[in-house]
Amino acid sequence: MSNIEQFKNRNVSEEYFLVDIEDYPTDGWGKFKRVVKRTFQGELFVGLWVVLREMIKFDIHTVQYPKEKMPIGPRYRAVHEMKRLWESGTERCIGCGLCEKICISDCIRMETKIDENSRKEVSEYSINLGRCIFCGYCAEVCPELAITHGGRYENASEQRAHFVMYEDMLTPIDMLKAGQQQEFEGFGAITPHEDERVKKTPLAY
Amino acid sequence: MSNITINIDGREIQTEEGEFILNAARANDIFIPAICYLTRCSPTLACRICLVEADGKQVYACNAKAKDGMNITTSTETIETERRAIMEVYDVNHPLECGVCDQSGECELQNYTLEMGVDSQSYSIKDVERKDKDWGHIHYNPGLCIVCERCVTVCKDMIGDNALKTVARGADAIENEYKESMPKDAYAMWNKLNKSIIGLTSGEEMLDCTSCGECAAVCPVGALVDTHFIYKSNAWELHQVPATCGHCSAGCQITYDVKHTSIENSDGKIYRVMNEWNYVSLCGAGRYGFDYDNKVQAKDEVAFAKAVEAFKKADTLAFTSTITNEEAYILQSLKEKFGYKLVNAEAKAFQTFLKNYSEVSGTSLYGSDLTQTHAADFIISLGTALKSDNPNARYAFNNAISMNKGAGLYFHPLKDPIIDGIGKNVMSIAHAPLTEEAVLYLLLDLFADKSKLPTSVVEYIGSFHSLKTVTVEETIKEKVVEIVKVKKVNEETGEEEEVEEEKTSMVPKKISKEVQVDENALLEIVDAPQNFSESLEKFLAKKESFSLIVGPDLYTHPNAKNLARLVALLEKYSAFKLVMIPSLTNTLGVSLICDLDDARGTYTVGYNTKGDFTLSALGEGDLDMPALNQQEGTLTSIDKRVNPTNAAVGYKGYELNDIANALGLSAKLTIDYTVKLPACKGFKAELFDNLPNRYENDGTEVRGYVLDILSTETSATESVEAITDAKLDGTIIYLANPVRQFSEFTNVSANLKEEIGIYMSESYLKTSDFNAGDTVKVKTQNGELSTKIISDNKIEGEIATLPTFDSNLNSQALFSGYRFSTATIQGV
Repeated sequence: MSNIEQFKNRNVSEEYFLVDIEDYPTDGWGKFKRVVKRTFQGELFVGLWVVLREMIKFDIHTVQYPKEKMPIGPRYRAVHEMKRLWESGTERCIGCGLCEKICISDCIRMETKIDENSRKEVSEYSINLGRCIFCGYCAEVCPELAITHGGRYENASEQRAHFVMYEDMLTPIDMLKAGQQQEFEGFGAITPHEDERVKKTPLAY
Repeated sequence: MSNITINIDGREIQTEEGEFILNAARANDIFIPAICYLTRCSPTLACRICLVEADGKQVYACNAKAKDGMNITTSTETIETERRAIMEVYDVNHPLECGVCDQSGECELQNYTLEMGVDSQSYSIKDVERKDKDWGHIHYNPGLCIVCERCVTVCKDMIGDNALKTVARGADAIENEYKESMPKDAYAMWNKLNKSIIGLTSGEEMLDCTSCGECAAVCPVGALVDTHFIYKSNAWELHQVPATCGHCSAGCQITYDVKHTSIENSDGKIYRVMNEWNYVSLCGAGRYGFDYDNKVQAKDEVAFAKAVEAFKKADTLAFTSTITNEEAYILQSLKEKFGYKLVNAEAKAFQTFLKNYSEVSGTSLYGSDLTQTHAADFIISLGTALKSDNPNARYAFNNAISMNKGAGLYFHPLKDPIIDGIGKNVMSIAHAPLTEEAVLYLLLDLFADKSKLPTSVVEYIGSFHSLKTVTVEETIKEKVVEIVKVKKVNEETGEEEEVEEEKTSMVPKKISKEVQVDENALLEIVDAPQNFSESLEKFLAKKESFSLIVGPDLYTHPNAKNLARLVALLEKYSAFKLVMIPSLTNTLGVSLICDLDDARGTYTVGYNTKGDFTLSALGEGDLDMPALNQQEGTLTSIDKRVNPTNAAVGYKGYELNDIANALGLSAKLTIDYTVKLPACKGFKAELFDNLPNRYENDGTEVRGYVLDILSTETSATESVEAITDAKLDGTIIYLANPVRQFSEFTNVSANLKEEIGIYMSESYLKTSDFNAGDTVKVKTQNGELSTKIISDNKIEGEIATLPTFDSNLNSQALFSGYRFSTATIQGV
């Protein structure tokens, strides 16, 4: 069946059957018989055989974490990343403070100041990962697609408060140049053909 | 002014004859959009968005006056089209920097753009380069500016600095097609907008004004921003703490905007001060001098134990008036319990002045306040360096003169270019120090009802008048007949010939004439200018409401008692409504609550002043105290209002109430005393938590409560003494602070850094041997000090001023009470 009906059919009861389970013994004699039966049936050796057989086959599926890691989906929401502009390599963050405002666990704090070009500059930025619930609101609200979630999910720490600073999250410039900065595809990311929907301002001159 | 009824959108509302439609609507919670209009200032007519239809005609609500029975519609289809077009024009070339703009959403451009539903743009023009400018304490970003001119208006009509104006933008002309296609008002507004941008009146690079920052406060967008605040914090991160400013006696309503100090430090920090600029205007000290909190990390138990010991040992408590009413009450209670002497020279002088005033006036307090001064149209200021003693009184002086077609007289020995700059309806009379009594006699002579004044006073005033024969030169026009030869064409012959003709003309001629005039010797005593009488006559035309401001010079005057009685006579027998400027923040409150003594005893505990044991909110004493922005309590303002203030930032140390409790008084919190403030002095038994602190939409001040004015016993006669001919010879120095400085608390503020020294006017420096930067020795009969000369372009004349805001200078020691003194100034 290749049509959609197979997914719409929620009635799965015809596939089900009841497992044949013997009634539990109620008297002492019955219980004694069950113990003797289980002890001498040899089920123990069935189990031992399965283990031995799989061991000899050397067909092992265990991921050798932390040496090996599973690939993670592009929408996974782990430790935040700060992105750079592809063209110029400058930081995308403009210091608008929306992530700080929207954060429901109140774990983002930032300090801004005016820089020598009279522009707003982020002088300090931190996220307390100990409090962060990785809800993704900060990435969603960011008007510049500057803060996003990344795939780094290891948060083990010796203390509850565990801060990550701006520089740690920022894409290293050499990675950007090597084209290794990854765009976030999760919620809040730009949708395809977005530019076609933008209404343009008349610029007659 | 009579009450009338008008109809706005079907609602009958009551308002006053002559009130602007916009104000009437706002007072009744009816919304009419308006950007450029400021309450208490003149309509600018820049935005034109307040268009309404009154009796079928389109008018601007901000400058159309309400008439009885008027029918007003706030929105019609044409008006909506105009408004939408106006907002579209405002959005033309406005940078999309809302994400970083310091207005951070508190933006009127954003609000009205959304309100008018602007979702597309029909207009365009080539932009001009608009680079942002650093004007010192203000940062201007012309790119964000919508040229509503609110900054220009407030600076002129309210503050009186006239520091800002519109200058040419240098943009291309708007394309002709728009003239036809655009709504009419939107085009006119764009045409004006496209030609102008805000600039400095002085033409210089930096602002040189009294630095109040009101221009940045009223800016509807993020174009004008306080330099200290630029890109520091989003508005929504700031928690607003309603309070009362603790720097001077004006007691302005402010909010402290508070946020955590930094990422690491979660303690509260004040980021800026905001005000309800439609109803109250701040000075630079109030706006920028907010960081005077005493940062105390923990309770110092050892110092506290010592303080309690010191209180047990002491016989005197000396203090300044930068304390709350509740603290004053604690000090008074301690006096009653332990018999301390309470010493506060400046409050004592004011208390005595008030007492002497009451003996003639029969009232415990002066009758008027600054709100009434704002509404007056003839104002006299006497005995105060208005702009630095109480900036709000200066704003009232300026506002009344510029808005009510008013006029004013400014009596003060120290010439003030700021006051002179208000306009030609202000006359400054630089009388000599110590002639304040003569000024008051002159005012009694000019304005008091002589039929009611005590006869002795009338006779005494009469003794200054004499008839004098003077020769006046008068210009008359005389008829002169001349015979002139004219060339004329003879009609018969057709030839040109010379003919003699008679010609009459009027020729001006000067003649001398002897006339009898009444000469008032008082005018000469107070150094009134030659044209005083003529100017005054012009000033007084069509004036209805009179206001008199008197200030701290009088309280410490050697003849203060006589001055107080003269002031009372003037208030009682003339149309003048009286306001007294209390010298410091809570001088009025302290002088009402505390029973003050003159001299210190053997062992003194000083509160914010040096003693044998010192409690200090500046962190310099033996035990730390909270500053006024770290305390709850009430302050009594010049308006006789008991205003509540709140703690903006935390304080972890001990406060006066803890000491009082250790000494046997009992109150959990300092504000438990608010309800106990003495009713016999006019206070009300109100709980602190019940005191409101806000303004209503119609501008009504709902803050704390107003002190009751009680009737007092009067002295048997209303006699006053004759003037003395005492005068100060030689070089004169005056005890006054520069603008934005009041006390040690403004001195510690990082934003208000002011050079300490002796201030001399530029003209004085030019004519004397002194140069700015020289170190000089200033010597009076009371002592001497050496300090640096600072050139000050906010004063004029030959009187040098010494400030009090830095106690290290100890300038007060040079004076024997009175704010003027003779001195010798020598180069070192």
